[in-house]
Amino acid sequence: MSTAATRSDAPESPSSPADDTDALLRVSNMSKYFPIKQGIFIQRQIGAVKAVDGVSFAVRAGETLGLVGESGCGKSTTGRVVAKLLDPTAGEIYFDGKDLAKYSRRQMREMRTDIQMIFQDPYSSLNPRHTIGTIVGAPFRIQRTKTEKGVKAEVQGLMERVGLNPEHYNRYPHEFSGGQRQRIGIARAIALRPKLIVCDEPVSALDVSIQAQVVNLLEDLQNEYGLAYIFVAHDLSVVRHIADRVAVMYLGKVMELAPRDTLYSTPMHPYTHSLMSAVPVPDPKKEGRRERILLIGDLPSPINPPSGCVFHTRCPKYRAVLGESDRERCRTEIPLLTAKAPQQFVACHFPEVRADIAAGEDAGITAGTESGTGTGTGTTAP
Amino acid sequence: MSVTAQPQVRLDKPNVGDAFLSVRDLRVHFPTADGLVKGVDGLSFDVRRGEILGIVGESGSGKSVTSQAILGLHKGSQARITGEIWLDGHELVGASEDQMRSLRGDQMAMIFQDPLSAMHPFYRVGAQISEAYLVHNKVSKAVAKKRAIEMLDRVGIPNPDKRYSDYPHQFSGGMRQRAMIAMALVCDPKLLIADEPTTALDVTVQAQILDLMKNLQKEFNSAIILITHDLGVVAETCDHVVVMYGGQCVETGSVNDLFYEPEMPYAWGLLTSMPRMDRTRQERLQPIPGQPPSLIQVPKGCVFNPRCKFTDHVPGRRCFTERPELLPTSGGSAGHAVRCHIDPDERRRLWAADIQPTL
Repeated sequence: MSTAATRSDAPESPSSPADDTDALLRVSNMSKYFPIKQGIFIQRQIGAVKAVDGVSFAVRAGETLGLVGESGCGKSTTGRVVAKLLDPTAGEIYFDGKDLAKYSRRQMREMRTDIQMIFQDPYSSLNPRHTIGTIVGAPFRIQRTKTEKGVKAEVQGLMERVGLNPEHYNRYPHEFSGGQRQRIGIARAIALRPKLIVCDEPVSALDVSIQAQVVNLLEDLQNEYGLAYIFVAHDLSVVRHIADRVAVMYLGKVMELAPRDTLYSTPMHPYTHSLMSAVPVPDPKKEGRRERILLIGDLPSPINPPSGCVFHTRCPKYRAVLGESDRERCRTEIPLLTAKAPQQFVACHFPEVRADIAAGEDAGITAGTESGTGTGTGTTAP
Repeated sequence: MSVTAQPQVRLDKPNVGDAFLSVRDLRVHFPTADGLVKGVDGLSFDVRRGEILGIVGESGSGKSVTSQAILGLHKGSQARITGEIWLDGHELVGASEDQMRSLRGDQMAMIFQDPLSAMHPFYRVGAQISEAYLVHNKVSKAVAKKRAIEMLDRVGIPNPDKRYSDYPHQFSGGMRQRAMIAMALVCDPKLLIADEPTTALDVTVQAQILDLMKNLQKEFNSAIILITHDLGVVAETCDHVVVMYGGQCVETGSVNDLFYEPEMPYAWGLLTSMPRMDRTRQERLQPIPGQPPSLIQVPKGCVFNPRCKFTDHVPGRRCFTERPELLPTSGGSAGHAVRCHIDPDERRRLWAADIQPTL
């Protein structure tokens, strides 16, 4: 049963995440369907892959919104639609007050100085036939931006800023390692001082020791240039480090959206609970004590998502805890993403706070504070 | 014919008789146009039945090359392999291809990282599993099919008799990995090598797969080598760990040794550079500076010295001139050994005073 009060009209927080009118980016009820067509001469649409289905969130200037979820949840597609690499099927995307959803390519071209993207795969996101100088210099040429000392000087400045040697201006991507290529991608993205960067799993393909370097770089750049990030990732630990607020997605919908500390200490949605309990903690004694919530079965197909709440087919609460009349509601009524606690939006009919899931009971992490009890030693445990 | 080099490793371990798999001073070198790539350079470890050994390392550390060497997948290539690998009384480095083929699948099996590329896309999943059984057992196809369906059921695939006839692309990622586990276990091998089995999977599916592997291991009493770069996975599943860097083992011990009493700066670096969900959030991550080493131009002396912050704790610049031995250390379990020049007491002091409090 719900232990958190449902306050959908809480005065200090908006009832929908997209109602934050101060925000730099507001996405409201955005959907992206990919049509499935059949036919030899005339293609008829017989269905659609509902990759993103009614998603709302907002991002403020200078903040990072983490978008987490598993494969097929629609997080990458959401990122691409925000960057307008794909056109949305429905909904609005307000950037600086303007609705980009209906913008044509020509209209978007101007906006590209403000919205940029960093891609997941450092090997395929750089043109192998261009030198670094050409790649990082391309934004200046395409947007015909005037530079003080010329494009080359700007590019070398950027290379230095991201930790590359400016003398490698004329080298090709294959001469760099994965981490360095990702830095090149970052240099390209910040070239025109955008306001918002969509980072699509920027560190997933990198080694663990390099990941930390790139994450630190992204944070430094954010502080220096006042960038807003949409950080799409599946690694909950990395997202916890870098994000200010986090949205958890499942099968094209946002399940929970909350400030970082709140989400990681007092998650309310059963899917968030499962996700967090599934992340292995690098501490053998804690691992042995933790409760694991194992989801049964496979992800449903986004072509034919379940009725009502899309998570009900795998929801541990639906399976084990709820009574039949409650289950009926989960099967038939789509839960809306509304505020169940200040700033915490949950799309669930029966949200429940589980503070024990994320980290183990002796982690000492409390919502709203940075400092924990700092127990971290473990050698004193019996 | 194996060229038995003088073992450089002096480990406080029982003799080979105890261990199901024993690797002794393994070296795998690849001659290339750019030079000799020392993929693995002097590696030794043991695995017992019923035990899970984790091999931790990043790209270029030599972990996959090691597992392929154990399975004999380098034979016939240009690789120069020296050292000994003992599997239940059989020596593998010197074994012929025929001997290897009879051992592979039957005594030892491998689960690969990407099941979609590891399975043949043109053959049905069930047929691939049956094939593994037919190669090692003189039975009819019907019996092999029954066995394959039984294995699919054992690994948790619903409707196994129907899914027997599906192709790999009709399975989801998690299901494919389960099917690969079924294929690996169909002949009840005593050694299972899992090469990053869950890296390509989502975290909830990963939890299911690791759970499955642990249950199956208890059931079959197999020895498992789990290769991964994810320390969380190591903490969850492994009993013992080998940390590899630049083709060498730099620290080995029980899983508690690695997480609570590590003594090698690279291990410290791995622990401090990870963002963790179970600790107070740090303002800034502490990455290991620099990059993994080239295996052609291996750094002189200690392979980690270009990135190590503690080289000044060793007098006489030994880190740059002399390769340290893998020596047992008194902290932690009996099998704890470290490859580092820093004095052991000094290492423990550094860990307790400087590193551990920052975690």
